[in-house]
Amino acid sequence: MADIFAYVPHKVGVVEDIAYEYPDAAAKIDTGAAVTAIVTGTGADLDKACETLTGYYKEVIKVDQAELSYPNAEIIRKVLVNIVPAGAIVLAPHDTFGMDLAPGLSVKMDAGYAADIVDIEGTDGSDLKLVRQELGGAVSTHVTCDSSSGAVLTIRPGAFTPAEDASAGGSVTDKSGDAGDLSSKRTFVEVVEAEVGDVDITKSDVLVSIGRGIEDEENIEVAQELADAMGAVVSCSRPIVDAKWLEKSRQVGTSGQTVKPKVYLAMGISGSFQHMGGVKGNPFIVAVNKNAKAPIFQVADVGIVEDILDFMPELTEAIEDL
Amino acid sequence: MEILVCVKRVPDTAENEFELNSDGNDLDRDDLVYSVNEWDNYAVEEAIQIVDDKGGNVTVVTVGDDESEEVLRREMAMGANNGVLLSDDAFEGADGKGIAGILKAEIESGKYDLILTGAQADEGAGQVGGMLAAMLDLPYASLVNKIEVIDDSKISVGREIEGGNQEMNEIELPCVLSIQTGINEPRYVGIRGIRKVASVEIPVKGASDLGVDPAVVGADGAKTKRVDYFVPELGDGAEMLEGSTEEIIEKLIEKLKAKGGL
Ligand SMILES: Cc1cc2nc3c(=O)[nH]c(=O)nc-3n(C[C@H](O)[C@H](O)[C@H](O)COP(=O)(O)OP(=O)(O)OC[C@H]3O[C@@H](n4cnc5c(N)ncnc54)[C@H](O)[C@@H]3O)c2cc1C
Ligand SMILES: Nc1ncnc2c1ncn2[C@@H]1O[C@H](COP(=O)(O)O)[C@@H](O)[C@H]1O
Repeated sequence: MADIFAYVPHKVGVVEDIAYEYPDAAAKIDTGAAVTAIVTGTGADLDKACETLTGYYKEVIKVDQAELSYPNAEIIRKVLVNIVPAGAIVLAPHDTFGMDLAPGLSVKMDAGYAADIVDIEGTDGSDLKLVRQELGGAVSTHVTCDSSSGAVLTIRPGAFTPAEDASAGGSVTDKSGDAGDLSSKRTFVEVVEAEVGDVDITKSDVLVSIGRGIEDEENIEVAQELADAMGAVVSCSRPIVDAKWLEKSRQVGTSGQTVKPKVYLAMGISGSFQHMGGVKGNPFIVAVNKNAKAPIFQVADVGIVEDILDFMPELTEAIEDL
Repeated sequence: MEILVCVKRVPDTAENEFELNSDGNDLDRDDLVYSVNEWDNYAVEEAIQIVDDKGGNVTVVTVGDDESEEVLRREMAMGANNGVLLSDDAFEGADGKGIAGILKAEIESGKYDLILTGAQADEGAGQVGGMLAAMLDLPYASLVNKIEVIDDSKISVGREIEGGNQEMNEIELPCVLSIQTGINEPRYVGIRGIRKVASVEIPVKGASDLGVDPAVVGADGAKTKRVDYFVPELGDGAEMLEGSTEEIIEKLIEKLKAKGGL
């Protein structure tokens, strides 16, 4: 089988969690595969990331260049094309960085591409046998990806088992000199931090979270009344923020807030991984959805098939009568 | 500014309960409701707003079958000036690179300053935009949630990154951007708007018109292939509360009390 290279993003030297999940993904391709971590950046932050990675990878490649101090995917793509040998398998995270980097990388490497992999079932000749999801998680699919001229896979964060044993005792190879041309027609300017809203949903133990099933801006009141009765706070999925019905600071998910409540009521939310990616700390999840097949029922503790617009007012009343 | 927007006709996740066909190798597509991919409406709206402000034209293009024409008409009812349908039996079974290869051929037959895609479509891949950019050797930015035109040769774009933060970039034109939801509020398209464009001619182009090789962009060239669909058994799944609404509420309240929800 081909060698496997795992690109590890980091923030100021702290590697992203995906770094611990790649080894499981790689072992599921081929238990004997050599997995090399690649990390880019500059200075002490980069060295700190390397030090962490040597605990989990036998080989770590670092590329230290001032231009790489911020992870501009356009530049990192060029570096990877220079560093990764032809025919290799490259792993990247399926997140806002990996989505920026990986599709174009597969073109430049002339390699196969498969996105958002949630499981791997080994190989069949040069075909990788992969599992992914479609339609917001409503259905899963088996796909094959021909890796005979290499492959680029993006791995869903959290889908593979993180490594715990940090005793790999790996070594770092400095390939800064092989980075090549680092010019780009896209220049990073700055990161604008998310605005702080009027309510901090991360501070509440109980969240009444509404999704597209709320159907209309006026119906948000119904959820607010339930939240008031429970002493809870209203949070939401992304479409509610996109429609400007609630502030961005109320959004739960990978591109919103990470919450760790005790109880999470998902009202009319389908349960996409980007939404559930913001629900941490293993809360008690209650899902109310009118579609009995909604993916949220696979991750919820308790499921109720009802119309939330009828159900929420009745629940509010029952709680007020307690 | 000449803007091309790639759009796709997809099963509507809000309107459908998905079932597998009896062979389990596809969805049961008979009664599926289709619409324009949610992300693509934001891309078309953004293109229209830029052209309203700076002048130019918006062209919408899709790779699909005859029925895909309806999504082009819908986007033209929104305000796109032209539509092009790329359709050929030989395109069936194309993977992301195949689709990007077909789109590339169409793009090279015109002259565009800006090419927009949605951030992702029904398959949740988010791949076509990045592939297209690499094939065209143009700069790319994904998950764009803000665009400001600086001058004829460059624009400022905001990318959505984790935690709701925004990464600001300057990018040279021409370029390819994938558009994230929330960048604007796509305008409503009424039945009247659809009627207005009902008889507009939409050119259809096949493999030979585009000069693409079906062995490369079609099923034979696809390195990534879907084998089947299935519904996973994930863990134990939720305990489903059943009975009358009253009974359900009673059971739920007991559980909420036990778990600290009340
Ligand atoms: C890069 C990226 C980042 C993203 N980040 C986030 C994020 O941070 N947070 C986030 O939430 N999403 C995020 N998304 C979007 C995500 O992919 C989904 O599109 C979104 O989570 C869907 O929201 P939803 O569940 O409310 O809507 P839908 O998927 O449309 O689901 C609505 C649900 O409501 C049910 N329903 C409808 N009407 C009723 C009713 N009357 N009663 C009961 N049930 C009803 C339906 O059966 C359906 O299951 C991101 C996407 C991308 C590409
Ligand atoms: N068949 C297609 N025709 C035109 N554009 C497409 C097609 N498939 C995908 N796209 C574009 O690529 C974007 C991302 O889709 P995907 O890479 O399939 O997740 C979509 O939002 C469209 O803009």
